[in-house]
Amino acid sequence: MRAAFDVVVVGAGPGGIAAATVAAEAGRHVCLVDNNAAPGGQIWRGFRAETAREHPHGRGFLQWTTRLKRTSCEIWTGWQAIDRPTPGVLRLERDGEGCDIGFDRLIVATGARERFLPFPGWTLPGVMGAGGLQALIKGGLDPRGKRVVAAGSGPLLLAVAAAIGSAGAKIEGIYEQASLARLAGFAVTLLGHPDKLVEGAGYRLKTLGAAYRTGAWVVRAEGSGRVEQVTVTDGRKQWTVACDWLACGFHLVPNLELPRLLGCRITGGYVQVDGQQQSSVESVACVGELTGIGGLDKALLEGQIAGWAAAGHEAEACVLAPQRQRLQQFAERLDRAFALRPALRNLAAPETLVCRCEDVPHAALEGHASWREAKLHTRCGMGPCQGRICGSAGEFLYGWENPGARPPVYPAPVSTLAAEAAAAEPAHRSS
Amino acid sequence: MSDGFFITVNGKPVRVTAATSVVAAVMKSNEPFGFSVHGEPRGPLCGMGICMECRATVNGVPHRQCCRMVCEPEMEVVTE
Repeated sequence: MRAAFDVVVVGAGPGGIAAATVAAEAGRHVCLVDNNAAPGGQIWRGFRAETAREHPHGRGFLQWTTRLKRTSCEIWTGWQAIDRPTPGVLRLERDGEGCDIGFDRLIVATGARERFLPFPGWTLPGVMGAGGLQALIKGGLDPRGKRVVAAGSGPLLLAVAAAIGSAGAKIEGIYEQASLARLAGFAVTLLGHPDKLVEGAGYRLKTLGAAYRTGAWVVRAEGSGRVEQVTVTDGRKQWTVACDWLACGFHLVPNLELPRLLGCRITGGYVQVDGQQQSSVESVACVGELTGIGGLDKALLEGQIAGWAAAGHEAEACVLAPQRQRLQQFAERLDRAFALRPALRNLAAPETLVCRCEDVPHAALEGHASWREAKLHTRCGMGPCQGRICGSAGEFLYGWENPGARPPVYPAPVSTLAAEAAAAEPAHRSS
Repeated sequence: MSDGFFITVNGKPVRVTAATSVVAAVMKSNEPFGFSVHGEPRGPLCGMGICMECRATVNGVPHRQCCRMVCEPEMEVVTE
């Protein structure tokens, strides 16, 4: 083992940063681990101190990163958590190098990814996630002059369309699969969350000029070698929109691989936690999107609660309970408002690939009773993404439950695994 | 930005800045990203380290996820 800490936090998005900051300020020896080149997670991706002020979320970023930097918290970027070889030890990997770190308390803040659903043409270059395209632009991709269609579902669509539009792309349309009736119900519940309402209105203003259609979705993408046009429907008629990029994601799903590996109880798609963010596994807390898709405010708050609790300050954590409840309810409302319509199950044609890594078509998967059965017969989910993309699609299309996670929970070079196993061996013998 | 430099993508020079992700640089180069196991052209999907569609050989090391790396001067990227 290379290092040991009182508290290890996995994931340096807002939830992880808040957790690490609070625990370190309370005097704990903390390590914040993230697999990206810099902290920030998705919402604060690519933010820098000099430019963050220009962004609506920039102030929070500056406040939290300034606080974090004042602490003694170690920040390990580029490290991916791949295994927990023994209780209290986390195995990490970076550039082919392995490292085991010990912890008394572990806080998992691995965030969420987009849900992707297969439709004809979704594997064409130029078809990306909505958050995916935004992440690429934050990484320096130039959207100027590109014609973009944003589609799928979730509050992220508007945010992304607004960001891409203000970066110089031409937004050709925004298509939200949820019906206006559902969203109207959601807008009413938003009144209890004024900050979010303002945020939503801001997005709408910026996207003026682009059509925001509810109850509409993409049925196929077409093009020679890359996407050139998409066909959209409202359930009655269909029409075609030319574009250079299709940004399409269906709301978010939590990154549950690490909680699953650790054995945390998961109910209804989210990690079950108590009022202190404690999971069903002793000394393991989960925060942010893992416990319900609720965005920035929820992640920051739950991170603070977990940070206080990990430092032994339960009373401080309890003070935040009423806010926590409000934000959890907000997450539940989001899920209801942006629930997927059953018609989306019919988008995939028999030859449409569901598993992109192994090129497994829809026709080969229909009729399999479980994820495991489909894997054994078709290699679905056995490619490099380890079922991260097709897993949530399979859940929605075929009702398959995720069978759990096995180490390594992220692809790692065999050399790393072999080196760590060899290093661990003498310890096993002596015990 | 004055802090620009060049990397190569399949031998083609691409001007980038220090904050540019490798995946963005490859997209800027217009070089094809890669092909599926059955030979279909593919490009990045998730942009955040999940889908593995943006893997490339970077400075001789295969299967690097370009979305998780930032450009460095004289980096050599070869798509797979």
